[in-house]
Amino acid sequence: MHWQDQGIILGARRHGETAGIVSILTREHGRHHGLARGIAGKRLRGVVEPGNRVACAWSGRLADHLGIWSLELDRAHAAAVLDDPLRLAGVAAATAMVEACLPEREAHPALYEALAILLDAIADGAASWPFVYVRFELGLLSELGFGLDLSACAVTGATQGLTHVSPRSGRAVTEEAGLPYAAKLLRLPSFLASGRGGPPANDSQRDLADGLVLSAFFLEQRVFPAAGQALPPARGRLVDRLLGAGAAVGVVTRP
Amino acid sequence: MAGQEIERLIQLMAKLPGLGPRSARRAVLQLIKKRDGLMRPLAEAMSAAAAAVRPCSTCGNLDALDPCAICADPARDPSVVVVVEEVGDLWALERAGAHRGRYHVLGGTLSALDGIGPDDLNIEPLIGRVAAGTVREVVLATNATVEGQTTAHYLMDRLQPLGVQVTGLAHGVPVGGELDYLDDGTLSAALKARRPF
Repeated sequence: MHWQDQGIILGARRHGETAGIVSILTREHGRHHGLARGIAGKRLRGVVEPGNRVACAWSGRLADHLGIWSLELDRAHAAAVLDDPLRLAGVAAATAMVEACLPEREAHPALYEALAILLDAIADGAASWPFVYVRFELGLLSELGFGLDLSACAVTGATQGLTHVSPRSGRAVTEEAGLPYAAKLLRLPSFLASGRGGPPANDSQRDLADGLVLSAFFLEQRVFPAAGQALPPARGRLVDRLLGAGAAVGVVTRP
Repeated sequence: MAGQEIERLIQLMAKLPGLGPRSARRAVLQLIKKRDGLMRPLAEAMSAAAAAVRPCSTCGNLDALDPCAICADPARDPSVVVVVEEVGDLWALERAGAHRGRYHVLGGTLSALDGIGPDDLNIEPLIGRVAAGTVREVVLATNATVEGQTTAHYLMDRLQPLGVQVTGLAHGVPVGGELDYLDDGTLSAALKARRPF
């Protein structure tokens, strides 16, 4: 068997002295492992780093074999962010999240595109990349079948004035409809509310924190228990860098 | 083909870096041929090393002494500590002879894939060494990889409140390197780290 695809490196484990088992999120073949020879050598040393976009070819005698990767660098996202702790934490968290919760060999082209857009935004230093990261996590939830419905109020059907999300149904509610349950509801950040696109609000740090709480809550409740894991520590380090040390603890335990 | 003892020896030798089953077989054959000149001294040296070599309680280097020869050397500058991932990195820097201070071996890097967190690394003793007040500069010499630099940034956050100068190795064109053959990442890192000439 042989196929070619585009991919994003998620991680690698050394196998022997010069080879490694490399995990790649490919556009058409999903998260896929394979053996890459010579990853400690000059040609591949800088290629097999989490976040790098590669042109990859996988070959194996049977489809369920580990197979062999042939890799060629397309864009070195990792090298672009090595000396920036915040952006490096963004790349590490995004790749760790995909590696931790996406099933193997199941195509998720939309998620591949979302990750590619996020990594481009991080590597280019776009100021809004933390908000793109939150959208990426919500996209991850959606791809895994746990998407949130933020388009209309679960109680009244209103599409404007959405301010909270029900932790039970994952649906948005307006402030009036959610008032009796305000203490139990999750805040919906303005940059995710339906019909409120465009640049983040003035209180963007609070919006960002609300977004990270929202995605962490549903990831922790719905995705990671099934995978038998907790949120990756790389995500906690990103949250700490974005919101201040210790913030990750609050983010993953609310509400 | 060979006796049980020889097969066991081949199996063990084949686990060493650089040796596969065929080269392990050749090495074992050579050892047996030079039983008195090589095999017995090697076995004694291995036995002695296994009994005596321990990680240094100060820096994590491997030595038969504790503190290790580097930590105990009064000629070395105790105010400059180079932080490396593994003992092999320390040996590489010693080979280069470029550093006459002390070291600290972390024993790995923070790794999302392998679930290695700060508590799994030799970080607290480093913080303790710096907090003791004798260290003026910490040089973060972790690898130029996502995991290596994530660890370096984490250490930077931990060390900064202690008021010590924290520096890192430069990334860029290697000595003897030709630009045409360098990867994109190294080239952009080199350009970013350009300095007045």
